[in-house]
Amino acid sequence: MKDLIFLFSTTLMYATPLIFTALGGVLSEKTGVINIGLEGMMTMGAFTASLVALKFNNPWLGLLAGGLGGFSLALLHALACIKYKANQVVSGMAINFLGSGFAIFLCRLFFDGTSMTPPLDLEKKVPVFMGQYSTVYVAFIATAFIWFILSRTVLGLRMISAGEHPKSTDSAGLNVSIYKSIGVLSSGFLAGLGGASLSIAIVSNFRPTLISGQGFIAIAALIFGKWRPVQTALACLFFGFSQALVIFIGGREDIHISSQLLSILPYVLTIIVLVGFMGKTTAPSALGE
Amino acid sequence: MKKFLLSFLCVLSGLLFGALILKLSGISPIEAYKVMWNGAFSRPSYIAYIIIRSTPLILTGLSVAFAFRTGLFNIGSEGQFIMGALSAAYFGYMFHFNPWIQIPLVLGLSVLISALYGGLAGFMKARFGVHEVISTIMLNWIALYFSNFMVNLEGFHKANTETTEFIQPASSITLLENWKSSVAGMSWFSRHEFLNEFFRPPVNAGIFLAIIAVVIVWIILTKTSFGFKLKAVGLSPEAARYAGINVKKKMTQSMMIAGGLSGLAGATHVMGVAKNIAILAAHEGYGFDGIAVSLIGSNTPFGSLIAGFFLGTLKYSGQKIQSALEAPSEVIGIMIGAIIFFIAIPVVFERFLKIWEKK
Repeated sequence: MKDLIFLFSTTLMYATPLIFTALGGVLSEKTGVINIGLEGMMTMGAFTASLVALKFNNPWLGLLAGGLGGFSLALLHALACIKYKANQVVSGMAINFLGSGFAIFLCRLFFDGTSMTPPLDLEKKVPVFMGQYSTVYVAFIATAFIWFILSRTVLGLRMISAGEHPKSTDSAGLNVSIYKSIGVLSSGFLAGLGGASLSIAIVSNFRPTLISGQGFIAIAALIFGKWRPVQTALACLFFGFSQALVIFIGGREDIHISSQLLSILPYVLTIIVLVGFMGKTTAPSALGE
Repeated sequence: MKKFLLSFLCVLSGLLFGALILKLSGISPIEAYKVMWNGAFSRPSYIAYIIIRSTPLILTGLSVAFAFRTGLFNIGSEGQFIMGALSAAYFGYMFHFNPWIQIPLVLGLSVLISALYGGLAGFMKARFGVHEVISTIMLNWIALYFSNFMVNLEGFHKANTETTEFIQPASSITLLENWKSSVAGMSWFSRHEFLNEFFRPPVNAGIFLAIIAVVIVWIILTKTSFGFKLKAVGLSPEAARYAGINVKKKMTQSMMIAGGLSGLAGATHVMGVAKNIAILAAHEGYGFDGIAVSLIGSNTPFGSLIAGFFLGTLKYSGQKIQSALEAPSEVIGIMIGAIIFFIAIPVVFERFLKIWEKK
């Protein structure tokens, strides 16, 4: 029982940053803009969150700052992709370099040349509620909220139509650029929250290797989840679970499986699922245009 | 020519943007660029280090560029690099032949294994419609953990370290490695100061392999029907299929070649510089830098060569502003990001070029 609770809570903990970020990816891609820059936005958010949480002694302000950190990069991505019709993948790659570049650059400026922020005291971190960091609950609320927006509101419908049929959306008298911008900017904010939920909850500081590829895992999760918010969150839980399993088995004396081989498992499973069960692609039809 | 001019403008703007960032943070950009310039070219050993640093970047850049031409985005260069490095470290340690057999054998196996690894992503795209961006992200992590698993393997792992045993001397492609420390070599080098210093870093044959690879890829893309078909697939898979090209096969082949090139980068890095591999906590970024190289070089072979040298120089000399000026060396990452960002929005620069031409 104790083991199960450990697995359950570790799963939730590691899934949270992915859920925020992948939901961001969903919003951006639903409006037709590929966002491969999630990784950079997460990194930026992780830094700004820990900076503000440290300076203002308030984790909630930190969380907000994390969102804004990601948002600031999303502004660039939106400008490039929507106004200047940039190649979205190239712009996203640029965001990744800019995100980690700026985050560590600013970190060195603020903290005497070190690439890590000083650790946050426990009371400055996101508070724990019923055995989980509050960010976990925020992530689930965000999932429900985004599901609601996308499937039950006019705004969501228009965002989706901007991603599926931009031309007919335009003919219907709607401003496609605005809906695309909403998608991209909110994706930056969410990815920033994802980074923040790492740097001011799961661990207590920002460091250059903190994100290391989680933004890309989030992209995999959203494709896994077929661009739907709830399924995407489930895919993130799957990645969280496999990470929890690695930690769980790694901590057991009586199970002898190489933790490295075990770490491969989620990625192999993802490929198998993509190959075997994915079926026809369900990406927004005007994605990347 | 216009492509080249555009890239040049983007690079220039990126460097200016970096200067602006430095200025805003209270660091003199002129000082910083001076430190970088001197840190790159003022000593023979610096130049040698730039060549060493650029070699893998040229190859991973070439790998990404090659896949781009077939319309595939090879984010998997990182993982293919790891597979090449792992294979080179493993076979380079396990085999005991004389160098004339050992080196081609180890290199060949490393390239083959990473080619198959890259080809896997192409095959999955062609056969099952799995997007190569997703499959290669997964394959990158699989390669990383698999490599870590292998590093811990009994008989390969070096006791009490985080690394493997060193490769056999016969697997080394470092130039003049033994001769440098021999009596004859030392006395010769004492009379040739420039070369003495130039050869102190692990200068290796990797750069020649990289240049040969650039030329071969250029020939494939511009002079062969195979390359023509690959490019046709890249420009329009539908039209290519209509013209009777086996699109699926071409995708797999393209990713195999891309994988082999990235693997060659990893192999030359191990056989020429590192001599072993270590447990990786995170990706080292050779593949991601390769994406930058490819984009800056407008996805052409010779572009990748120039951009590889450019990025290698920037990354090597950029470290030096940290110690000299206490300026964050991450400004290099910002510059690279800015350059790529400008490359992403060619419209802006094309407009600028038009105004220029009118004058």
